[in-house]
Amino acid sequence: MAIEYLGLSEINGPLIALEGVQDASYEEIVELTIDGTKRELGRIVECYEDKAVIQVFGGTDNMSLHNTHTKLTGHPMEIALSPEILGRTFNGIGQPIDGLGEVVSHIHRNVNGQPLNPVMREYPRNYIRTGFSAIDGLTTLIRGQKLPIFSGNGLPHDQLAAQLVRQASLGEDSEEEFAVIFAAMGVKHDVAEFFRRAFEESGVSEHVTMFLNLANDPVVERLITPKVALTAAEYLAFECGMHILVILTDMTSFAEAMREVSSSKGEIPSRKGYPGYLYSELAALYERAGIVQGVNGSVTQIPILTMPNDDITHPIPDLTGYITEGQIVLDRALHGQGVYPPISVLPSLSRLMKDGIGEGYTRGDHQALANQLFSSYAKVGDARALASVIGEDELSPIDKQYLLFGKAFEERFVGQGADDNRSIQETLDIGWELLRMLPREELDRIDTKILDVYYKAEQ
Amino acid sequence: MNKTGKIYGINGPVVYLKGNTEFKMAEMVYVGKDRLVGEVIGLTKDRTTIQVYEETTGIKPGELVEGTGAPISVTLAPGILNNIFDGIERPLSEIAKEGGAYINRGTEVDSLDMEKRWEAHMTAEAGMRVSGGTIICEVQETSAIVHKVMLPPDLAGTLTKVMPDGAYTIRDTIAVLQKDDGTEQALTMMQKWPIRVPRPSSKRYPASKPLVTGQRILDTLFPIAKGGTAAVPGGFGTGKTMTQHQIAKWSDADIIIYIGCGERGNEMTQVLEEFSELVDPRSGNPLMDRTALIANTSNMPVAAREASIYTGITLAEYYRDMGYDVAIMADSTSRWAEALRELSGRLEEMPAEEGFPAYLASRLSAFYERAGLMMNLNGTEGSVSIIGAVSPQGGDFSEPVTQNTKRFVRCFWGLDKSLAYARHFPAIHWLTSYSEYISDLAPWYRDHVAKDFMDCRNRMMVILNQESSLMEIVKLIGSDVLPDDQKLVLEIARVVRLGFLQQNAFHPDDTCVPMEKQMKMMQTILYLYDKAKALVAQGMPMSVLKSENIFERVIAIKYDVPNNQLEDFEGYREEIDAFYDRVLEKNA
Repeated sequence: MAIEYLGLSEINGPLIALEGVQDASYEEIVELTIDGTKRELGRIVECYEDKAVIQVFGGTDNMSLHNTHTKLTGHPMEIALSPEILGRTFNGIGQPIDGLGEVVSHIHRNVNGQPLNPVMREYPRNYIRTGFSAIDGLTTLIRGQKLPIFSGNGLPHDQLAAQLVRQASLGEDSEEEFAVIFAAMGVKHDVAEFFRRAFEESGVSEHVTMFLNLANDPVVERLITPKVALTAAEYLAFECGMHILVILTDMTSFAEAMREVSSSKGEIPSRKGYPGYLYSELAALYERAGIVQGVNGSVTQIPILTMPNDDITHPIPDLTGYITEGQIVLDRALHGQGVYPPISVLPSLSRLMKDGIGEGYTRGDHQALANQLFSSYAKVGDARALASVIGEDELSPIDKQYLLFGKAFEERFVGQGADDNRSIQETLDIGWELLRMLPREELDRIDTKILDVYYKAEQ
Repeated sequence: MNKTGKIYGINGPVVYLKGNTEFKMAEMVYVGKDRLVGEVIGLTKDRTTIQVYEETTGIKPGELVEGTGAPISVTLAPGILNNIFDGIERPLSEIAKEGGAYINRGTEVDSLDMEKRWEAHMTAEAGMRVSGGTIICEVQETSAIVHKVMLPPDLAGTLTKVMPDGAYTIRDTIAVLQKDDGTEQALTMMQKWPIRVPRPSSKRYPASKPLVTGQRILDTLFPIAKGGTAAVPGGFGTGKTMTQHQIAKWSDADIIIYIGCGERGNEMTQVLEEFSELVDPRSGNPLMDRTALIANTSNMPVAAREASIYTGITLAEYYRDMGYDVAIMADSTSRWAEALRELSGRLEEMPAEEGFPAYLASRLSAFYERAGLMMNLNGTEGSVSIIGAVSPQGGDFSEPVTQNTKRFVRCFWGLDKSLAYARHFPAIHWLTSYSEYISDLAPWYRDHVAKDFMDCRNRMMVILNQESSLMEIVKLIGSDVLPDDQKLVLEIARVVRLGFLQQNAFHPDDTCVPMEKQMKMMQTILYLYDKAKALVAQGMPMSVLKSENIFERVIAIKYDVPNNQLEDFEGYREEIDAFYDRVLEKNA
């Protein structure tokens, strides 16, 4: 039944063309054998009556027009899934690399996934306590949300993500099953190792599945890695009822890989050479977070991306921000001042926060407090800009108060130790303590009733 | 028998057929053995190009493509409201019943419920001469809206038979029409209309009344007319979607069509949940009863995203023809433009600016021109207003979609990142935004709100502009050195910004504010300004004025005066007078 085709008609970067194929289908997976020994997987990316263009995951090194056998598998990319994948490590296309053998299961899933019907989604409302004041207080993470970390090279996004996994896993309702899917795309060996060790030290490695495509692994594999990881996540969440936290790092490498393949296909580039479908491709990944009605589990995504040249308007962070439900932005200046985590609160945002906090979730004053902190901290920026022109001494008394508030806010609210795991109460109380540094009439975002209760609380 | 062709090649959402297939341009086709919906977008002697509205994974060359003979159309009949569709009018709840949580390919479901019986009241009778648009019967579609079944625009003749009042499905014959050429045609409550063709109307009226949204910065500073067009551009997180939600919830349109074009799935779920619970303040009915949602989320196929905008506006025009005021929220038109770009790239067309096709501008203008306040074919008056969100790349308004949109809309509500960072919402910036409807609508405001409405509005704009030029100085040398009258301008501008422009969407009273209260708030602020100015003119220093809490009191009006107790404003006038006397006395 399965015909093998000998030879190729063209090789161009990661793409090969095969003529005279019968019965090939779009996005089908093919198996390639080079010189009778080396095996590779490929995917049909363009398909005509008598010709197929195939993208080879492992790269086309050593291939010639004559030494390659191609076999059609008859189905799109699939992976085998079972709950046993927890604790295992795979490569970028879902093959085990931990020496523990293949995953044995009759359950196979198409990695491309399908769009979730909006009427079957459940709107996410339960917050995940991360123990970071800047996140819990101002950009609360909600179960089922996709909240990326916008970072830059040399900033501690890895530490932040690892600590977040450690602290979020110790949530209040720990009887529910919790697991982490970690997908690395083009990251350095050290980074992968850092995460492995971090998971081990915090005792969660039993509940972690890793998909690793490292910096020197084939570039094309990277395009599949997040899809494989999310397929595993959807399986564990919606079929096994677990709460899954997916960490995708580094989305920038994923987009770079897409640009590389796109240009070798000769496609018309749009902004900065990225293909026109970058938005759709990113959306197809990010939208796989969420909660399905009537199912116990959830998929929460924390993609990490390094902004090229710290530029938030670069297409990758820009398009990501338009798809995800908020973002956590890290700041180099804060990092330079030794503030950890260096979260720049003003551009950071959680879109789902408003429905997951307040009375019944966190505390009644949470939203008002957050608004006021944002607003007051924005004024700190104005005061600092003024001080840099006319000098601190010339500032009005209220501007000076803002400077003090800003410093305290960065040190005590944003900044916290690498082991500091704060409760929501602590976070909110610190927020009020800081607001008390400002006169009451400056607090214009808070209803007078809430001010009466909290502003005076400890005076 | 419909024409067929064979697939030759597949590239993403684009499929090629070889040879002369005799398909028509823009014809709807079924592709492959899964019968995926597609549309013919290119024809040459030896090649036919089709865009497919569903994922093409697994399609093989050689599979059949079957034509339908008709362009991509929507089904128009009772059952559209309180419903949620995908980009080509397939009901998502029906798809969920068929395929579960995920959207399967090639799901064939009827656009509207064909089995449901609607209680119809006939308004036409046998023997009546009818033409396109004539209302034949009325159906209570939802608690809020009476659906008027009309003769399709391209038909005319005499009714030979009209069924009695009663319960009918949308497929049942309700009347028989004898056309002028003598042939008879059975009429049902259902009609089809191609999405890319505007529905005809008799006449276009100039803008004359505003779409009142309950949002102060919009209604007072930058109003949009019924039948008008507005663009809401803003980087991510600046509140485009929130602005659209607020207008969809509180505006005084009869019907809302909400198009989620390439946006987040959770957002659509939220609209669905929230609108089902919220009650329309004017009619007391659930908001969903006047709303239809079109959801083509960012992970749904890109070609259907391109179509969703047209589907939405065709539904809107249909309700306009009944004599309703319809408002469309298109969130976001940039995703639609990107879908154009993506398809254009697959077709290997020559790109213009930033990879967008050269026809971007003409497509945008064709879309926005479908808005308007119209006299319909049947003599009723209805309007379609379009509020389109724009997501500029990098938040930079100089990119092609924002710039081209700006040419075709008359209202521009520019969202500002720094306002959003400071959580000043709505983050519509008063200096970059504009409305060209101001002069068209001035008579309405004069007659329906107050004689001096426009004067007050203009005074407020002057204060805000003065503040902005003063801030240039303050940024350099600080505010202490300014003379007192300029300090007062800054203080009043602060009151305007915090007390008037900023509006809290989560506060029960502040989320939607009636025009009268907006007017009274404006008057109170300006009264305070006049009094304070008089004090400053008499040499009272600003420090003395600011030691009183009157400014804070006026800022808090939005929370302290309930929407239904506007008589409280008298108290504020007295307070301001008392403040004036007190300051004079103390410093005399």
